[in-house]
Amino acid sequence: MTRAFLKNRFALTGLVFIIAIIIFSLFAPFIAPYNPSHIDTKNILTSPSKDHLFGTDTLGRDIFSRIVYGSRISLSIGFIAVGIAVLIGVFLGSVAGYYGGKIDSILMRFVDIMLCFPTLFLILAVIAILEPSIFNIMVVIGATGWMGVARLIRAEILTLKERDYVAAAKVMGASDSWIILRHLIPNAIGPVLVSATLGIGGAILVESSLSFLGIGVQPPTPSWGNILMDGKSTLGVAWWLTIFPGIFILLTVLAYNLLGEGLRDILEPRLKDE
Amino acid sequence: MVSYIIRRLFGLVPVFFGITIISFFVIHLAPGKPTDIQTSLNPKVSYEARLRLERLYGLDKPAYLQYLDWVKRFATLNFGSSYVDDRNVLDKIKERIPITLLINILSLILILCIGIPLGIISAVKRKSVLARLSTVFVFIGFSTPEFWLALLLMNLFGISLGLLPISGIKSLDFEYFTLTGKILDVARHLILPVAIAAFGSLAGISRYMRSSMIGTIRQDFIRTARAKGLSQSQVLYKHALKNAILPVITIMGLSIPGLIGGSVIFESIFAIPGMGRLFYDSVMARDYPTIMGILSIGAILTLLGNLLADIAYSYADPRMRMTGND
Repeated sequence: MTRAFLKNRFALTGLVFIIAIIIFSLFAPFIAPYNPSHIDTKNILTSPSKDHLFGTDTLGRDIFSRIVYGSRISLSIGFIAVGIAVLIGVFLGSVAGYYGGKIDSILMRFVDIMLCFPTLFLILAVIAILEPSIFNIMVVIGATGWMGVARLIRAEILTLKERDYVAAAKVMGASDSWIILRHLIPNAIGPVLVSATLGIGGAILVESSLSFLGIGVQPPTPSWGNILMDGKSTLGVAWWLTIFPGIFILLTVLAYNLLGEGLRDILEPRLKDE
Repeated sequence: MVSYIIRRLFGLVPVFFGITIISFFVIHLAPGKPTDIQTSLNPKVSYEARLRLERLYGLDKPAYLQYLDWVKRFATLNFGSSYVDDRNVLDKIKERIPITLLINILSLILILCIGIPLGIISAVKRKSVLARLSTVFVFIGFSTPEFWLALLLMNLFGISLGLLPISGIKSLDFEYFTLTGKILDVARHLILPVAIAAFGSLAGISRYMRSSMIGTIRQDFIRTARAKGLSQSQVLYKHALKNAILPVITIMGLSIPGLIGGSVIFESIFAIPGMGRLFYDSVMARDYPTIMGILSIGAILTLLGNLLADIAYSYADPRMRMTGND
């Protein structure tokens, strides 16, 4: 498994980049040359230079430092939103798959309904009506993104529950929750891992779209989305405000996608198409 | 076939009501009321006046009764009137919907015309330069924030090169153009929005097409077709494509909500007065009837799109028509 991983160029490239970004965000105070909120009226909209690697914004704040600190927000939104989605999806999917019958058809109808929502509309409505806090954004992105996970885990469990070892566990008197938690979910988690990895990239994109619409992470807290948003009005004169945060979003999401695709090849070799 | 469609249509009704129930409660259970904007920010409004205003909009009733009221009105296709300007919600949506639909349909066509051939080529000639390029494109397409790309393209084509207009759907002097001039003018305004709307899904569709095609080519009936001595193009386009396209049709149907949702973003960037923009404005103003109206119409469009995908599927796959269950 480890060797397969090291051989997979996609997965490895993605993982290396992700680790780099995580180190970036963990050690932000040591890496960022300036305080991200430090306003410097003498250096407004300076282009990239030795002092300000990525230039400064309309308040003279250092863009590089803001991107470094912004990675904390963007990454944690990605992780936690997907964590919530996986918890909901695994729970509902395994219940539906294991118990089958009426419970299954009700839950799957619910999944169908959720899949018919223009997700961005729903997220927009909820966040605008509540308030755009980081917490709300994580919860809402998570609560609207679990359907794929639920379907995957249900499909896996439908086949797994017919296996002999499940029957054996039942005969030995294991409870339903024991069988689901200890026998079924661990064996069904592979595809979920892939979809969660891809989902983190998706959640980072959604957060940046929300920031762009002005209902994401609120200033002065920097997130990649709202740094980009700040640069919108000065795109013609100060390209660095828009280009750099965009590139960071793109590369990070790309890294998660590469890792996800690589994991898929490793975990599900029968789907591999090379 | 007709009975299949009718059965599917009936199956959609509970899904539709499920969607409206969730929308309704998500919107109405949130703390605060739309009347707060007029009242709590204004110290001159008395408590009695506030209650009167809430009663006027039916906001004093429990949420489930409000929902039943909504359903009753919906049954007569009445979405109520907007809290913002008191206009009929359906009228408001009607004037915004054509441009959103036009952009989405054009971008769907673009996705089909580019994504499917691209997927086929990269499945058939896997080692070719084009296949490799399309893999790179797919990954970048999945990872690019659409609004960022829109800003960059707007800046490049609209400002630096001055080739394309960057906002709205028609020029200021639109009225003085001839008919062809008018069409060309709208077309020029739509190039960027349609390209952006298509960009994200394009990558997805060509990826699905590719993996579906690869799976199909390996099957026995393709080997048989080759063994019969059919030409490469006959094997690919007559035998393989028909089978490989099936899952892609379903994926297209499922991508409709994403397209509708995405309209909020590109309509904001390009200042297009469509449904997405209206939704954004209504959400900001807490205009419940309009929000509900747009969510329901979005749901209807999505369900119809899925139904169309199913019909296309059963047209392409006779097995579906025979069993026809679900």
